[in-house]
Amino acid sequence: MTDPTTLSAVDQVAALRAGDLDAAGLFAAYRERAAADDTNSFTWLADGPDDAAAAVPDGARARSVDGPEPTFDVPADDALSVRGLPVAVKDLFCVTGVPTASCSELLRGYRPPHTATAVARLQAGGATVLGKTNQDEFAMGSSNENSAFGAVLNPWDRTRVPGGSSGGSAAAVAAGLAPVALGTDTGGSVRQPAALCGVVGLKPTYGSVSRFGMIAFASSLDQAGVLARDVRDAALVLAHLTGAADPRDSTSIGWQGDALGLPSADRLDGLRIGVPTDLLGEGIDPGVRASFDAALRTAEELGASIVEITLPHARHALAAYYVIAPAEASSNLARFDGVRYGNRAAADDLVSLYTRTRHDGFGPEVRRRIMLGTFALSAGYYDAYYGRAQQVRTKVVEDFATAHEQVDLIATPTSPTVAWGLGERTDDPWAMYRADVMTLPQSLAGVPAISIPCGLDDGLPVGLQLSGPAFGEPRILDAAHALERAIGFDGTPPRSGRTGEGGAGGADATSGGGAA
Amino acid sequence: MIDRDTVRHVAALSRLELHDDEVEPMARELSAVLGHIETIAELDLDGVAPTTDVVVARSGLRPDEPHVSLTRDAAVDQAPDASDDGFRVPSPQA
Repeated sequence: MTDPTTLSAVDQVAALRAGDLDAAGLFAAYRERAAADDTNSFTWLADGPDDAAAAVPDGARARSVDGPEPTFDVPADDALSVRGLPVAVKDLFCVTGVPTASCSELLRGYRPPHTATAVARLQAGGATVLGKTNQDEFAMGSSNENSAFGAVLNPWDRTRVPGGSSGGSAAAVAAGLAPVALGTDTGGSVRQPAALCGVVGLKPTYGSVSRFGMIAFASSLDQAGVLARDVRDAALVLAHLTGAADPRDSTSIGWQGDALGLPSADRLDGLRIGVPTDLLGEGIDPGVRASFDAALRTAEELGASIVEITLPHARHALAAYYVIAPAEASSNLARFDGVRYGNRAAADDLVSLYTRTRHDGFGPEVRRRIMLGTFALSAGYYDAYYGRAQQVRTKVVEDFATAHEQVDLIATPTSPTVAWGLGERTDDPWAMYRADVMTLPQSLAGVPAISIPCGLDDGLPVGLQLSGPAFGEPRILDAAHALERAIGFDGTPPRSGRTGEGGAGGADATSGGGAA
Repeated sequence: MIDRDTVRHVAALSRLELHDDEVEPMARELSAVLGHIETIAELDLDGVAPTTDVVVARSGLRPDEPHVSLTRDAAVDQAPDASDDGFRVPSPQA
């Protein structure tokens, strides 16, 4: 038969069910491609489909650290089976016995004693862990250049960033090194790299997917998500990530939306899509704007109506986010002190042990965010920064609620620019932070959003973001599927791929010849 | 906006060592970022309630029933330095 890695995940699992494909062979095909990867997308590769599961003692799939042994509801519908599907997993998801470092020097070599619920649910459905993917350290970054494992190269142009923080997951899927990948999205970390790598990125409703076993960055914003080659593949994985509330994550509220299945819509009749004019001012590349406008025209041709809306506080989301997320991070990362896990710096007294371990273990961006967050929470500044940022968040939540009285979905470009050059923004934190200006408002509001490829600008992918109200995933997926079919984006990076001399972080960019 | 003394103070609160040559760049970078963040000072937010989290976390206690938890061996297995049944650290007073 044809090379199975050219099939969608949905077609792969159908072929597995029909006996036209065997799971070991499919795994080996991806393992071989991933081992020859020249984008630095992976930090660890499993030897075989049972490798990650075999590291679990006593056959337990997800030994609870403190609580009852969990059981997971697996979708009963055969069409939603993931049995035999290899999945790439962002490094920050704990997998029992498997190296898990959140791409930090501080945690290099750490092998956790538990498995993240998102991963365990997929394993319960029969999926296998192909490997761990590169990311920005502790998910802090928009370019995947802040990784102790080196920068990831964009498969479309190896002189450019893949976006971040789930850059390895996006690049791996784009380069055909994995059928699907798990990422996490705190302020755009699934959607933005998906846009820059020309793949689909889905951030579900906050609370719908358990955060248990994800190494935390900003707990009120972190959400597991999916990177996939098409919308149906993303929907397939989402059906497994969601289900009953996880007793081990107090913000896990269980799936409360309509039943999830594979989207099949090819029309958008009656759908009202809002375009927030106040987010579409300056700073958007003309080529990105042109692809976005073309996608809106396509939506109209499919029967949707385009409605201008306002999200008056969305432009303040960037500032609010860069108070709230660092504040939460400064608290979450307090646990990395060189005592219970991770690497320790030599010191003669306890406080020096903490401070040196954290200086040597954290990279510059993580240190910067810890400092920023600690400052924003410190006496004398709390009200002016953290308090106000939380009030802005309230206004952003209200903006979305008001908008959804008028429209079903909201569309924006996912990123104001296409992928930029490695090293181009590393000296200017704010320029880097602005990369997420379109994705942060939805994160603050906790609403679901997807990025799908909608065209090319100068040979580089452009992403279209569609968001909806909480638990609006079925409608988002249907609309994204219909648009995806009508747009007909070719997600295969050019085989001749532009190549570079090596990433800013020391990644290996060696030869020409695209991975796909 | 953020001077070197503030940087040293916040670093101490963060239990984060900064070398002498790292203080000035940190002050400069944080000041630049805070300059952008201060745009939220322009908004009229009087009387607006803060949003900590968009979902209401479940509260209360779970049933008090015995269950499997992390074994002691597993708990200390990944420690940089363990002895007997605990995590070993240097004395608080050197």
